Amino acid sequence: MSRVARHLVLGSVAATAMLVVTACGPSPATESSGEPAGEISELDYYADQQGSRAWQQILDTCSRETGITINRQTVPTDQMLPKILKDASSRTLPDLVFTDNPTLQQIASTGALTPLTDYGISIDGYYDSIIKAGTYEGEVYGLAPGVNGLALIYNEKLLAEAGVEPPRTWQDLATAARKLSGGGKYGLAFSAIPSEEGTWQFLPFFWSNGAELSALDSPEAVEALRFVTELVDSGAASKSVLNWNQNDVADQFVAGNAAMMINGSWNLARLDEEQGLDYGVVPVPAPEAGTDPVVALGGEVGAIPATGADRQQAAAEVLKCILAEENMLAWDTAHAYVPSRKATAEKFARDNPAMRPFVTEVETARSRTAELGERYPKVSQALATALQAALAGERSPQEALAAAQREVGRS
Amino acid sequence: MTVVAQRPAETAAPVPRRRRRGTGRQRWVALAFLVPVLAYVVLFFGYPLVNNVSMSLRDYTVRSFYTGEAPFVGWENYAAVLRDPLFTEAVVNTVVFTVGSIAFQFGIGLALALFFAGRFPAGGLLRSLLLLPWLLPLVVSGAVWRWMLDQDHGVINAALRAVGLADGPTPWLTDPGWALPAVIIVNIWIGIPFNLVILHGGLRAIPQSLYEAAALDGAGPWQRFRHVTWPLLRPVTAVVLMLGLVYTIKVFDVIMVVTGGGPANATQTLTTWSYHLSFGGGFAFGEGAAVSNLLVLVATVFGLFYLRSARSSIAEAGT
Repeated sequence: MSRVARHLVLGSVAATAMLVVTACGPSPATESSGEPAGEISELDYYADQQGSRAWQQILDTCSRETGITINRQTVPTDQMLPKILKDASSRTLPDLVFTDNPTLQQIASTGALTPLTDYGISIDGYYDSIIKAGTYEGEVYGLAPGVNGLALIYNEKLLAEAGVEPPRTWQDLATAARKLSGGGKYGLAFSAIPSEEGTWQFLPFFWSNGAELSALDSPEAVEALRFVTELVDSGAASKSVLNWNQNDVADQFVAGNAAMMINGSWNLARLDEEQGLDYGVVPVPAPEAGTDPVVALGGEVGAIPATGADRQQAAAEVLKCILAEENMLAWDTAHAYVPSRKATAEKFARDNPAMRPFVTEVETARSRTAELGERYPKVSQALATALQAALAGERSPQEALAAAQREVGRS
Repeated sequence: MTVVAQRPAETAAPVPRRRRRGTGRQRWVALAFLVPVLAYVVLFFGYPLVNNVSMSLRDYTVRSFYTGEAPFVGWENYAAVLRDPLFTEAVVNTVVFTVGSIAFQFGIGLALALFFAGRFPAGGLLRSLLLLPWLLPLVVSGAVWRWMLDQDHGVINAALRAVGLADGPTPWLTDPGWALPAVIIVNIWIGIPFNLVILHGGLRAIPQSLYEAAALDGAGPWQRFRHVTWPLLRPVTAVVLMLGLVYTIKVFDVIMVVTGGGPANATQTLTTWSYHLSFGGGFAFGEGAAVSNLLVLVATVFGLFYLRSARSSIAEAGT
């Protein structure tokens, strides 16, 4: 009996000890030999089938070119920041991170990232806006292999049947969308969900009308929100925009339920795969003829967290390879992004006519974090809430934006 | 034991000593059995809870995750949360969501359990099919419901139109007034199997002889339910309602997938709001933690209620 008891005691103590040991886990050893490591971990959110495949090809190419093994991890977009923060607190950050450019400020502010210029990565020739998006307190922490922006994508057949020209101004857009609506179909689809995605889709209207993020309740801002609200109220766009993310918007367009959509260039690769769908692309309509639309600059920037000198060096080798002209072109062609270096983009526009409107837009595109830096996400959330309140009919555009400005000013 | 019995001739002195040693060893054994449980509770419940409380009392920012620096601010986060105009809305939504979900989940679950208590062909098969909503990942069922509830092309509006229950399309997910009922309906659908299974088990435990005796005394179906089933099912009912409450008050994924808290915060409950505070743009992790602590507090209060009622019903059963 006593032997049994002793075994039980030993057994349970051992089990407890194991529990404690496994809970704590092994701490990663960071050795530094000065040589680039032979292996790095990489994190991105290209989780859709087409994008994931295209990105894997670029990683494979660069793994071959540098001789560095790349362990890839992919998380859904909305899990990116939570995962990075979790990894930052447990000091298990991946060696190379590709994150949405407006989140870079947040990550850089933690002190977890290293300036890219430390590794001799050149920042010459890039669009100003993407450099601004990747800069935190005077240092460049992130560079993008490709950028994107929103444009108006239209169904050629549906527009031709209705005798409508692709709209260039707000007035044209409202008229065309109304004409193309009816019978359960809508002229225009866009996304106005209560998150960054909704703000990003609204910004082209907001900025093109001369509004600034520092004053959400300016007359220009109210006018922009009123225009978008009227599109929904007049039935030119479905009220479901409140609940559609950009993938849903593309689904509506592909299904023929929407004749036009505001969406990003990355959808073109998917639209090309659809049989019998002819589409055209024009820039997002501007408030008046003759003015250039101002869209928000999108795209993921590559950043190198502090994970140990040899691993950082290896990550820099890989990032350099991804940013090299031919790989940049390969990725941007495969995923329908715009190259982030001006000269490369011009060459790209010559070879890809469908991408021309996007290339033109990127030249005037603005970085979302350029003026507000770390404060951008808070302002973006307030703006998305105002958009929802106005489209849902809870508040007038004026009231909704005034409330948003109060919310931002409160802290 | 047999060893001790075979040695009656031994002196009395060593016996108490051995017994003392025995109880000491027993205490060690008892402790050893307790240690894994204690370690588990401390590691996986105590530690996160203490951390969350500590986070809610600090100005925890994105930077804090890396540097570990988070200045102590006392009750500031709780005050900020209570001052927020969204607080009342989130509390009201949480209460409506929880009460609405549980009332229907329980009602429909009980009706189905009573129905399946009778034996009939394919009853077992049908009952196991009803478990499907429970087995599906919530993200999957949530995404499917989102399509079905679509205003223009959703199958639900098409069905309502086909049977003549609605003229125009119901703006399920796009109208602030309809969105909360819509997510409640989705959550009811998800919760029915759980209620059905537990209540069905409870019904099986009621002796058939009681129903026979009641029937012999002339009790009708309603009287049999009211005076036999209902009282004998009470302990199970208490468990189901209690667990249902704790499960429902913390529902997150269903709302997140179906509406994301929108439109215009119409479906923002305390859980989704806690997430929004932390990750939605403000990165006010302290405030997010404060909201989730309030939720933990509410769930604990109901848990204590349940334990008390369980203890008194055990005492009742003992007398």
